[in-house]
Amino acid sequence: MSAVGQDIEKLVKREYKEGFYTEIDSDTFPPGLDENVVRAISRKKEEPEFMLEWRLKAFRRWQRMEEPRWAHLRFPKIDYQSISYFSAPKGERPKSLDEVDPKLLETYEKLGIPLEEQKALAGVAVDAVFDSVSVATTFREKLADAGVIFCPISEALQEYPELVREYIGGVVPAADNYFAALNSAVFSDGSFVYIPKGVRCPMELSTYFRINEMNTGQFERTLIVAEEGSYVSYLEGCTAPMRDENQLHAAVVELVAKENAQIKYSTVQNWYPGDEQGRGGVYNLVTKRGACRGANSKISWTQIETGSAITQKYPSVVLEGDNSIGEFYSVALTNNMQQADTGTKMIHVGKNTRSTIISKGISASRGQNTYRGLVKIVKGADNARNYSRCDSLLIGNHCGAHTFPYLESKNPSARIEHEATTSKISEDQLFYCMQRGLNEEDAVSLIVNGFCKEVFRELPMEFAVEARKLLEISLEGAVG
Amino acid sequence: MLSIDNLHVRIDGKAILKGIDLDVGSGEVHAIMGPNGSGKSTLANVLAGRENFDVTQGEVKYLGEDLLALPSDERACKGVFLAFQYPVEIPGVSNVYLLKAAVNARRKYHGEKAIAAGEFLKLVKEKVKMVDMKEEFLQRAVNEGFSGGEKKRNEIFQMAVLEPTLAILDETDSGLDIDAMKIVADGVNALRREDRSMIVVTHYQRLLDYIVPDRVHVLADGRIVKFGDKNLALELEKEGYGWIRDRLEREPGAATR
Amino acid sequence: MSERFEQLLAERSRLDLPGAGVDWVETIRNENARRFEELGLPTPRDEDWKYTNIEPIARKSFTPADTGESLTGRDLRAIAIPGLDVHRAILIDGHYSPTLSNAGELGDGVRICSLAEAIDEQPDLVQPWLGRLAAEPEHGFRALNSAFLQDGIFIWVPDGCRIDTPIELCCVQHGEPEETVSQPRHLVVAGEGSRLTLIERYVSLHDKRYLTNAITEVFARRNARVDHYKLQQESTKGYHIGSWLIEQHAGSHVMTHNAALGGATARTDIRVRLDGAHAHCDLNGVYVLNGRQHVDTHTKVDHCVADTSSDEFYKGVLNDRSRAVFHGRVVVHPDAQRSDARQRNKNLLLSPDAEVDSKPQLEIHADDVACTHGASVGQLDDDALFYLRTRGVDEETARGLLTFAFANDVIEKFELPRLRHYVEHELTSKMFSIDDLEEII
Repeated sequence: MSAVGQDIEKLVKREYKEGFYTEIDSDTFPPGLDENVVRAISRKKEEPEFMLEWRLKAFRRWQRMEEPRWAHLRFPKIDYQSISYFSAPKGERPKSLDEVDPKLLETYEKLGIPLEEQKALAGVAVDAVFDSVSVATTFREKLADAGVIFCPISEALQEYPELVREYIGGVVPAADNYFAALNSAVFSDGSFVYIPKGVRCPMELSTYFRINEMNTGQFERTLIVAEEGSYVSYLEGCTAPMRDENQLHAAVVELVAKENAQIKYSTVQNWYPGDEQGRGGVYNLVTKRGACRGANSKISWTQIETGSAITQKYPSVVLEGDNSIGEFYSVALTNNMQQADTGTKMIHVGKNTRSTIISKGISASRGQNTYRGLVKIVKGADNARNYSRCDSLLIGNHCGAHTFPYLESKNPSARIEHEATTSKISEDQLFYCMQRGLNEEDAVSLIVNGFCKEVFRELPMEFAVEARKLLEISLEGAVG
Repeated sequence: MLSIDNLHVRIDGKAILKGIDLDVGSGEVHAIMGPNGSGKSTLANVLAGRENFDVTQGEVKYLGEDLLALPSDERACKGVFLAFQYPVEIPGVSNVYLLKAAVNARRKYHGEKAIAAGEFLKLVKEKVKMVDMKEEFLQRAVNEGFSGGEKKRNEIFQMAVLEPTLAILDETDSGLDIDAMKIVADGVNALRREDRSMIVVTHYQRLLDYIVPDRVHVLADGRIVKFGDKNLALELEKEGYGWIRDRLEREPGAATR
Repeated sequence: MSERFEQLLAERSRLDLPGAGVDWVETIRNENARRFEELGLPTPRDEDWKYTNIEPIARKSFTPADTGESLTGRDLRAIAIPGLDVHRAILIDGHYSPTLSNAGELGDGVRICSLAEAIDEQPDLVQPWLGRLAAEPEHGFRALNSAFLQDGIFIWVPDGCRIDTPIELCCVQHGEPEETVSQPRHLVVAGEGSRLTLIERYVSLHDKRYLTNAITEVFARRNARVDHYKLQQESTKGYHIGSWLIEQHAGSHVMTHNAALGGATARTDIRVRLDGAHAHCDLNGVYVLNGRQHVDTHTKVDHCVADTSSDEFYKGVLNDRSRAVFHGRVVVHPDAQRSDARQRNKNLLLSPDAEVDSKPQLEIHADDVACTHGASVGQLDDDALFYLRTRGVDEETARGLLTFAFANDVIEKFELPRLRHYVEHELTSKMFSIDDLEEII
């Protein structure tokens, strides 16, 4: 430091720096959604027949479903006919990085994600998704050497159709909920990861999602399968241009961990949050779920949610295998007019299963932040254990912090423990820091960072620093 | 260095300080003693810039400047340091992180470059020895889970790193056993310098056996009722504070003068 | 699902209801009849009824209970709380019994009488308060109670008046036919600086299937102190839906103690509005369930203004195939600064067929607050069990002892010693056979 101080100084007048738009010729469907659109997406992707059938089935289910409104969120009804369900940069999909439009490379470079391997962060492979398609995936060869498949899901459907067919919808069924059904019908791309038995993935895998086009929804689908005894750490990041209109992002993420496998999934979500008056911003309505299928498997979700106008997501773990472990670490920050209703579900099915939930919510300005979490112990889950801790910090008198846990137990040998606190930053802590010379904004940022430490330390090193900065930036103007 | 003139302070409408006059010269150590509730801690906190105090009259000059006009962080950057009576816990923020932020805040204030990581590490490692604490202590969250003695030693350690011009020690001896008090006193004595002044606020005389003051002031009911040299502290030790109360009762005018 | 209850509603016309023909009373009735038709009965799709399915109740054709059977004081002795001196107000099958009640004239302007009598004789005392906290019914059961607005007890304590002897409000279920419904409606107004202890009981003399659907409105005016106990002792086949609606003014202190002992399906709503600075509310409760009992406790505390505090502590023990639901919501409204709210719910799950669902909730719209909640589900501590065993206590007794100690944590907060002993006795006899009991206590 005072890295913190300088960053804040530098960024006080900062706008959402990822808010630029890339001028690029794109092939965009006209707005609207019907079966023909679903067919057209499938055709574009040259998908196998089973996939089209699957999509259509999901679409028909979706048409009979109602948009859920039980969350502590207020936003106008989404007009699904005004959204375009497919947009991609024009031209053939590049075969290698050399063929990628330089404008795209430049876009990602500007976002701090250089795609040229020599410039890239050592040890991190990136799949870059631009609107509806993946434009580049780095380090594929190196990964292939280890037997790891890391590619766009559209490509996986062509090259490993049986593998995808086996797992897709296996954790989040096509009609699981309204937004999952929509995604199942119209998803355009996303990442596919397959870690073979006994392999420890040699690099961090990462997908960077970018919404660019106007009125375009992004519906990506990510599927990660970790075979017996394997390990993978995966990270996703997200940004979008600044626009006065809202944009919809309805993703589905499915994780499968087999016996002794471990999946660590981290998210740094920084979609455009809208402006101070609440104009624009992304509606981030996402279904994420992992299944600990095998004994001793482990799935760990870490999320830093600072962006989006509306966030609704509950990354969950179904603990089927005996001794399996589920973890959820979350920092969610809502500033200005942002609203978030996020948390997790831990479903204990196997014996001796364990879950930990650490949630840190920060509400500033007029932000509304809700933790909602379910811990469910089914009858056979002997000796299941859960520990949850949810802390909320309030900055300013017009925001809200809400904590809604659900504890359900049907097993007399299980233990569930939940604790929650809500408070503002203490005057004593502020005075102490300021007496040591820190200005108010730095003092707040220092205290907030300390508040989030338990979660930050779960992030891969490179991203922990990013996350901390993001938090400081997102808190801007919240003090005073 | 510090000149307090007729300082009146209220908290929630209640008068706590009722006209304090105090001059502290460069390099001097002043002890402020007094019974509980006399306003000692209020004085310390007002000088450090805590809010919720209402200064109704008087002024404070520090290095010729109006101290009360400055926010607390600016006072700190100008060299005012308060060793807290009850040091605050800040979960998740390591000791060393806070200190580095504090050191750099000062440097930035004075238009200097941020301290190099190596240099900073050397500095804190050297200073942490002064208060007889292990290096792991640097990585622990500020005051979290510290014992009473550790918290107080941490304050002196921070003072050693931040090198203030004016150090105010608010009951740094309270809750310390004799060994811990010696460590704290040794630390303070090592920091005595010609260009550094100190105000030592204490209830008991015993700290002053180790930190020998140039002047002793007795604070009672919001004003200084007696001052003298270090012998005054010994006198108080012998006679207690009872005589002050007696005097105030005998001369009620003393309370409004 | 609500058809049978709509038929029930139609029976209002043949009943002799309090304040019949009085405009403002009829307005309450008609408005709520209309609301009931809109709301119907709750279903598990309603978030507030997620874990409590009232279909078994909805399927039955309940008829309003007739005027109470004549009982004698001797009949009531069996259910009296031993050694506790009380002013007694008795309702038999929802009908006030002037002969069995002895709380008539307490002097100093204190009124303890039937609601019907109060509406007739002192409408000016009743009208400003009755229905005020039930005006917007949260669910069909409340609308139904107000649509009938049947008799119940009216308690009026004038400003500055202290009533030291507790008032026992006893709703006794006695009627012969199966499947009757009684819907008592109570109103309590504790004047400024007054003091009142109220014990509200729901007791059955026979093991019959019936429905109680009660509402109690309580107003604690400035600086009033109200201790409010509820003993839900319905029959093992009985259904109980009860709402306590409490409004607190500045400086008032209300303590609620809620012991759920009986009932096949029982739901108690407690709503507290802290509407004046320095109002404080304690909510204590215990549920010890066995058989197929289903007990749902649903509380909500609204911190409406600054400088208010609440402390909630509920404990539950679940045996056999029982199920407990705890829902506790704390809402700190905008500008209710310096609100202080604590909430704890702890459960002991002792049977593989029992289930507990706990939903503590904080909804905070002001920043200068200190709010915490905690919830847990677990079993007896193995170390403590082992410790007792090494001291020579057999396992069953050791378990009993620890279970009792767990529940007793809450019961200890009951301030009336006789009442405390009574509840301890009721709980222990539910938990253990009598032999064990004597060994333990």
